[in-house]
Amino acid sequence: MSGQLTLSQLEHMAMIVRQDIISMLEEAGSGHSAGSLGMADVFTALYFNIMQHQPDDPSWSDRDILVQSNGHIVPVRYAAMARAGYFPLTELKTLRKLGSRLQGHPERVILPMMETTSGPLGEGLGQACGMAYTLKYIDKQPHRWVYVTLGDGELDEGSNWEAIMLAAKYDLHNIIAFVDRNNIQIDGNTEDVMPLEDLRAKWESFGWHVQEIDGHNIESIIDAAAMARAITEKPSVIITHTIPGKGVDFMEYDFHWHGVSPNKEQAKDALKKIRSMDGRIEGDHE
Amino acid sequence: MAHFVLSDDMYKDTIQMEPIRKGLGKGLVKAGQEDERIVALCADLTESTQIHLFKEAFPERFVQVGIAEQNLISVASGMAAMGKIAFASSFAAFNPGRSWEQIRTTVCLNDQPVIVVGSHAGLSAGADGATHQMLEDIAITRALPNMTVVVPTDSLEAEKATLALAKQGKPAYIRLCREATPVYTTPDTPFEIGKAYIVREGHDVTLIGTGVTVYECLQAARELAEGGLEAQVISVPTISPLDRETIIDAVRKTGRVVTVEEAQINGGLGSAIAETLGEELPMPLLRLGMNGQFGESGTLYQLLDKFGLTGPHIAGSVREFVRKMPRYHQ
Repeated sequence: MSGQLTLSQLEHMAMIVRQDIISMLEEAGSGHSAGSLGMADVFTALYFNIMQHQPDDPSWSDRDILVQSNGHIVPVRYAAMARAGYFPLTELKTLRKLGSRLQGHPERVILPMMETTSGPLGEGLGQACGMAYTLKYIDKQPHRWVYVTLGDGELDEGSNWEAIMLAAKYDLHNIIAFVDRNNIQIDGNTEDVMPLEDLRAKWESFGWHVQEIDGHNIESIIDAAAMARAITEKPSVIITHTIPGKGVDFMEYDFHWHGVSPNKEQAKDALKKIRSMDGRIEGDHE
Repeated sequence: MAHFVLSDDMYKDTIQMEPIRKGLGKGLVKAGQEDERIVALCADLTESTQIHLFKEAFPERFVQVGIAEQNLISVASGMAAMGKIAFASSFAAFNPGRSWEQIRTTVCLNDQPVIVVGSHAGLSAGADGATHQMLEDIAITRALPNMTVVVPTDSLEAEKATLALAKQGKPAYIRLCREATPVYTTPDTPFEIGKAYIVREGHDVTLIGTGVTVYECLQAARELAEGGLEAQVISVPTISPLDRETIIDAVRKTGRVVTVEEAQINGGLGSAIAETLGEELPMPLLRLGMNGQFGESGTLYQLLDKFGLTGPHIAGSVREFVRKMPRYHQ
C-alpha cells in the first residue's frame, strides 16, 4: 500500500473520502461531521501512505496498528478503509444502522480490523501504550508502529495525561500520536470549555517529541510521520491543525457541526462544495 | 460433584492464617511459568497486591503504571490486544472502583483477556476506613456482560482461581481480602470457575457465603447444630456466571436461604441469589451483609463482628429467621 499514490492522487483521494463522509452521515441521520471532514487528509495519508498494512489481510502479523481514540469520527476511518479495500464501498451506507459492522463508534469484536473498541474518550492512548510496550519490550518487533489519533477536546480527560506520562517513562518511541487540533468540542471552542494551551509546551514538558503541522497539507503529514519514526528516544506527537468541517464552507469552524449530520439538502450542497474545491472531480463519485 | 474437602484443622485454633491475596501472588508466578503470554501491571501497590512476586520472577513482563488506575486498565487492554493475558492490580476501591468505565469498554465490550485484580476488598481494608473498604465491587462487576467475577474463600482457593483465570483468558474480576484469614480448604479441594460448592450438608436452612464469609457460615452451622438446627452451607466463589443449577438443586432440600457477604447486599451476592430464587424457586430469604451502609476503621474481625457477620452473629440471625419464616414447600 505504501507509496503507491502520488501527492496529487492522495489529495484527490482525501476529497473522495470527504464525499463518502457526507454521503454516509446523511444516510445514517446522525454522527459527527466536523471532525470527520477535518481529519480526512490525515486518515488518507495514514491508509494510503504512512502505515504498513494489507487491506486484503487485515491481521497481517507485521502490520502497523492504528488506535482511534477519537472514535466519534470513525466515519472518516471507515471511508478511508473502504477506499483502501478493506470492505466494499456499499457497506459505508450501513453506518450506524441495525446489524451493521460499521457501528457508531469502532467495535473490534464486530469488526476486528478496527484493532480495538474505542470512543469513550481518554482511553485510546493508554491502549496504544500497552500495545507499544508489548511490541518494544516483550515481543521485540521494532519494525512495527502504533499510530493513535486523538481529538483535542478529549485531552480534557485526565486519563490521557496518565498515558502521556507512561509513554514517556518507558520511552515508547514506537507511538506516534496525531492530535486533531481543530479547537472545537461539543459545547464550544476548546479554549472556552477548558483551555488546552500551551498545548505544545504541555506535551514537551511531559517528555514527548512535538511537531505542529497544517493538517490539510498531506505532504506535511507524511513528512511529520517520517520525522516521528526517526525519533527513537521518546514518543512523538504531531499536533495537526485542522479546520473542523474542512471542505464544506457552511460547516467550517462551526462547533455546532461537531456532533450532527447533514440532512438531504445540506448533504447535496456539501457534496457540491467539496467537488467545487477541485475541478478534477466531476459527477457523482459513486 | 467433587467433594469439597475441608482442612483437618477446620475447627481448631491452630488453623493456618494467611491473607487471600497471597494466593494470587503465588498463583500468578505459577501461571507465568506455564504461559509466557501472562503479563502483570500494577498501580503503585506492588507488594500490597502481591504482584511483586511476579515482577521479581518476570521483570520484563511487568509494567508499573503509577497511581493511575484508569490507565492501568487501558494499558492492560492494549497488551491483551497484542496477544497477552494481563493481570491488572490495585486496591479494589480504585480498581474496579475508579477504572470501571475502562473495564466496561476496553475489556468487556472489547473482549480482551484482562483479569482485574482488586485487593484489600470489602471490610478487609480494615483500619484504612470506609474510603478504602470496597463494598460495591461485586455489584458493579457482575452487572457487566462478558465478565467473570470470582471471590476466593481462602489463599489456597485464590491460587487455584488465579491459575484458572489465567487459563480461561477472558475478562474477569478477582476480589481479594487483605487480612489473614483461615486457610480451611486443602490442595485437594476442587475449584472450577462457574461452580458453587456444597461445603456442608443440612436440611433445615441453607447458608450461602462467598469469600471469607463461607468460613463464618461453617462456624455458624456448627453452632446451630448444637441447637438441633442442621444448616446446609454453600460456597459461591464465582458470582458471575452464577452456578444456578447447583444452588437451586441444593436449596430445594431446605426451603429457606440466608446469604452472607462482606459487601453491599444490594447488587452483591444477596441480589444474585434473590434474583435466582425469584425467577426459579421463590422461597424465604434473608440477606446478611452491608445493607446500604459504609464501614469504618477497625480490624476485619472487629468489623465483621460489628456488622453481624461472624459465625455467632450469623447463627443468631439464622435462628431468628427460621423461627419467623415457614419453610418453603414445593
